[in-house]
Amino acid sequence: MKLQLLKKGAEAYLYLDEWFGLKVVKKVRVVKSYRVGLLDEQLRKFRTAHEAKLLSSAKSFGVPTPVVFDVDVCKFTIVMEFIEGLLLKKLLPEVSDSERIRLCRLVGRNIGLLHSNGIFHGDLTTSNMIVQRDKIYFIDFGLGGFSKEIEYFGVDLHLLLRVLESSHHEIAEECFSAIVDGYSSVFDKADLVLKKVKEIRMRGRYVVERRAARRR
Amino acid sequence: MLILGIECTAHTFGCGVASSDGEILANVNSEYIPDKGGIHPREAARHHANVAPSILKSALSKAGVEIEAVNGIAISLGPGLGPCLRTGATVARALAAYFEKPLIPVNHCVAHIEIAKLICDAEDPLVVYVSGGNTIIAAYAGGRYRVFGETLDIALGNCLDVFARRAGLPHPGGPYIEKLAREGERFIPLPYVVKGQDVSFSGLLTAALKKLDEGERLEDLCYSLQEVAFSMVCEVAERAIAHTMKKELLLTGGVAANRRLQEMLKAVAEEHGATFGVVPHEYARDNGAMIAWTGVLAMKHGITIPLEESFIKPRWRLDAVDVPWVGESEVAAIEEGS
Repeated sequence: MKLQLLKKGAEAYLYLDEWFGLKVVKKVRVVKSYRVGLLDEQLRKFRTAHEAKLLSSAKSFGVPTPVVFDVDVCKFTIVMEFIEGLLLKKLLPEVSDSERIRLCRLVGRNIGLLHSNGIFHGDLTTSNMIVQRDKIYFIDFGLGGFSKEIEYFGVDLHLLLRVLESSHHEIAEECFSAIVDGYSSVFDKADLVLKKVKEIRMRGRYVVERRAARRR
Repeated sequence: MLILGIECTAHTFGCGVASSDGEILANVNSEYIPDKGGIHPREAARHHANVAPSILKSALSKAGVEIEAVNGIAISLGPGLGPCLRTGATVARALAAYFEKPLIPVNHCVAHIEIAKLICDAEDPLVVYVSGGNTIIAAYAGGRYRVFGETLDIALGNCLDVFARRAGLPHPGGPYIEKLAREGERFIPLPYVVKGQDVSFSGLLTAALKKLDEGERLEDLCYSLQEVAFSMVCEVAERAIAHTMKKELLLTGGVAANRRLQEMLKAVAEEHGATFGVVPHEYARDNGAMIAWTGVLAMKHGITIPLEESFIKPRWRLDAVDVPWVGESEVAAIEEGS
């Protein structure tokens, strides 16, 4: 079967391929001509190896992720299960209010499971979540890592909040609060992380709330 | 319609005159350059107060208009340094009160984007705005410019400036770093920090300064610092363009003058089938013309502010400003269709 380009992402090309009769996605991290060679190779190698580890690990904690079939660090390639479904980014503005709440709770639950098991995702955007019936698959762990630090968890949630605000601004608030619901239901340190999210927000430049917080 | 714009958020005091058909009649700016160290807000404000009358006069004479003939005074109320903003706002309020002109509040970051679009003839671009005070990747969505990536701590230009200063290079350090970087031979690994859509330069700066103290060759360090810092900006820009699928990429801000950064972002744009444009330095740096032009756009939509409410906003975020003038043609098309 000829490789079929599925998606040209920011850092990798995704191809539809066959692997011993299975429909798979081949993710190849491509050379970035603008980066100096050494840095480019370092980043691509590290992220490929890391992503494969994280995908498998997340799955073992009950977070739906594609099954990893093969990893070739020297070719910056991961072969993984093809997930049928729709991107959350596309689905979120289209579904009914109650369905939206359900999806967001599920997203929150997934994130909570990752965090309570010491994994952060590093790039939690609605383009990295695929909805398949009653499951939401998380993909693209290239910027993720293993850590117990609240900081990383806070950055995860903060990023997702920012994405909601920039891409789904009309529904951002209700979505985030449903995500927090789901998140808190499985992660006992949720309060600490949410406090961190506020703190990270304050770190941003030109945050109006920051002055008020200082005065207090 | 003619609008006089006044820029005064940080090191530059500038006056510009723009007309409603997008003509820039004048753009006169004066930059405060510290004798040593970085920008001291009080000293910068003092500089602004000193040069204000002559810059204003020169801009008006260049435009060939009397102040009585302008239809409004646009002022950058933020974001920026308090003392500088207050000085500029005082000038603008005085002119507005004395000559009985409406005062138009302009957000400095919005102005950078609007002038970039005007000068580069772009319609709906993804804008990479990198300067001494800002590092923002923004694009239009739903009535506002949304931030698709920004620095979590210091700005890119700030990182370069501080490094340059510690290395004994003159202010502003960017051009000197760029020149030295061309003679760099060895890549020194430095921390590369991308957190999702955002970047962070403070750890990179600390690491680079440490290497400097350890006696690494300055050319190699400048080269490595540029490569790592710019690669971070390019990566988040690439994420943003892949996510928003915009077809134009514009580079603006003081650091836009850097050839290496231009070359890298051009590659990003090409990779994603987008056109690439660099805003000429005159309009990429802080300048009065961008405030005037954004003032024109705002004035057309009746956006003015009463003097007694014209407070400065040092932390005024880009994505807190409604920009009703963007996407007008779309709205019109929808209305026609219905």
